[in-house]
Amino acid sequence: MSFLDVKDLKIHFPTDDGLVKSVDGLSFGVERGKTLGIVGESGSGKSVTSQSILGLHKGGRARLSGEIWLDGEELIEASTEHVRSLRGKKMAMIFQDPLSSMHPYYTVGQQIIEAYRIHNDVSKQVARKHAIDMLGRVGIPEPAKRVDSYPHEFSGGMRQRAMIAMALSCDPELLIADEPTTALDVTVQAQILDLMRDLQREFNSALIIITHDLGVVAELSDDILVMYGGKCVEYGTAEDVFYRPEHPYTWGLLGSMPRLDREPTERLLPIKGSPPSLINVPPGCAFHPRCPYAERTGDRATTEVPALAETEGGHLVRCHMSREERRGLWENEIKPVLETQ
Amino acid sequence: MLTYIIRRLIGAFAMLVVISMVTFGIFYVVPQWAGATPEAMASRYVGRAATPETVHLVAERLGFYDPVVVQYGNFVKGIFAGAQYDYGAGVEHCPAPCFGYSFITGQPVWPDLLDRLPVTFSLAIGAAIIWVIAGVSVGVLSALRRGSFFDRLTMGTALAGVSLPIFFTGMISLVVFSYGLGWTPPGGAWTDFSANPAEWAYNLLLPWITLAFLFAATYARLTRAGMLETMGEDYIRTARAKGLRERQVVVKHGLRATLTPILTLFGIDFGLLIGGAILTETTYTLPGLGQYAILAIRTQDMPQVMGVVLVAAMFVVVASLIVDLLYAVVDPRVRLS
Repeated sequence: MSFLDVKDLKIHFPTDDGLVKSVDGLSFGVERGKTLGIVGESGSGKSVTSQSILGLHKGGRARLSGEIWLDGEELIEASTEHVRSLRGKKMAMIFQDPLSSMHPYYTVGQQIIEAYRIHNDVSKQVARKHAIDMLGRVGIPEPAKRVDSYPHEFSGGMRQRAMIAMALSCDPELLIADEPTTALDVTVQAQILDLMRDLQREFNSALIIITHDLGVVAELSDDILVMYGGKCVEYGTAEDVFYRPEHPYTWGLLGSMPRLDREPTERLLPIKGSPPSLINVPPGCAFHPRCPYAERTGDRATTEVPALAETEGGHLVRCHMSREERRGLWENEIKPVLETQ
Repeated sequence: MLTYIIRRLIGAFAMLVVISMVTFGIFYVVPQWAGATPEAMASRYVGRAATPETVHLVAERLGFYDPVVVQYGNFVKGIFAGAQYDYGAGVEHCPAPCFGYSFITGQPVWPDLLDRLPVTFSLAIGAAIIWVIAGVSVGVLSALRRGSFFDRLTMGTALAGVSLPIFFTGMISLVVFSYGLGWTPPGGAWTDFSANPAEWAYNLLLPWITLAFLFAATYARLTRAGMLETMGEDYIRTARAKGLRERQVVVKHGLRATLTPILTLFGIDFGLLIGGAILTETTYTLPGLGQYAILAIRTQDMPQVMGVVLVAAMFVVVASLIVDLLYAVVDPRVRLS
């Protein structure tokens, strides 16, 4: 069993319009010192997954089932209070927009001190020294001075660094970063990603990066999980997913990536259509309305939900097409187009 | 921060000057525009049987023949330095702050105001404590249990509280609690705090609750709306992700952000109330500024009306000044701008 092991996780929200199946049978694992990238469009269930690992949906309207094992402890059945005591200490989270994710009325220092003192019985002075130390470690210049600044007095990149300092203040063994660079300038993005990689090595924590940006996961991830409509459609090592992708949706994601070495006149290859409604998930394969190869599998595309099957050495794909057919398409049709661009 | 304070102080002072001009204008200039002669204005100061010569003399002594600017200057001077009134037979000295003499009683206005201020202040402070505590806690609880029976019950009650005027709720509670059950004294009872604190509170209990009910209703609705919004903010999720206990998330992070706009409202409400809780004081016949204002208006006692208006305006301005300064302490983002 991995350090974090999620098995058949289902998160359903009852609403007036029907049951929203945000996550529907998701399994994955992350080891200490390793990084998992979860990729998908908005509404594919990435953020809900990460928040439910932290137990943020506990006691709310969400219906959770399945198992979440963290270091040998099951979290879905665990008491709310127990999960709370792990939150921030054993597992921590970095959010997307550091400006709205930090309280505007407290200084950065106060917020880090608070995070530290929840789980460590120390005086304010000790916690303050720790906060300054953390700010220094995430690369904030003059941390002893900046510790008393308010979030609005920081730049976007500095705020995200402060957010990371806050998340890491209690040495969490599992760190989840939910779109950590989306709200940042491109130049700052790379710095933050470098910082996260360095810190992960230093702390030897398990890292989950949630993003819609394949470039970000390419930079950091050991494993990649591609989500579509609340389900995993492709799961494998970063090399599997980048060099031998077998799911048409993954191909679409790769084709949608802007690249510098591409001619400006050439168009991206966007995925047609829009993400599925999570209330009325398309029958059969959820991706079939947008899949250019749907007719190849005939009626099965619309009637039968494809199974997540192993294609080779732990590389999982959820597709009706046969392995040979997918590989043929990739080698002959997709890869040449992506490479010439 | 210092420039912010200075700017606000200057603003508040300018506001008071404007208010005094407007008030003076309403009571001394507008009547003249409307055709009132200086004699007609002076005639309010003398008996009905006074001869035209007497009226003329009084008008001259009160300065009604002077240009408006000089009259206003004298009025302001009276407030800051005191004024001398020449009665022919002798000179009456009206010490600062001088708001003139009542038409009816012949007494200077300022000491009257000072007498009545503690009553209104007692009423306002007690009610304020009740409504802030009750309003905010009900608002927080119903926001956290949105859609529950508690939420519907309290918000229904709050709607009633906002809609029902004090003379209605006040009368009903007098009928029920004072005349019916005999728990509280009937209206008109007033004991000074320094004389007997327990009796002071006992006498004011019903007015406090009636007045607080009205305001608590507004504050509960505002707090509920603010909390619903705040608890959906990203930083609340962050606070939870840190592992903070839910109670601290609500109080330290949620309520903290919700209270800021409520503070502004509170400053103005409280300032207004010190200037006279007219309906409450009238309903319970409490000898406060509000009741004083009503009596002055009924008897058209202009110096009294003007005195109350100016003092009330001053309280509002001072209260909002204090709120503005507090705001800078409470919301760090204000300090920069």
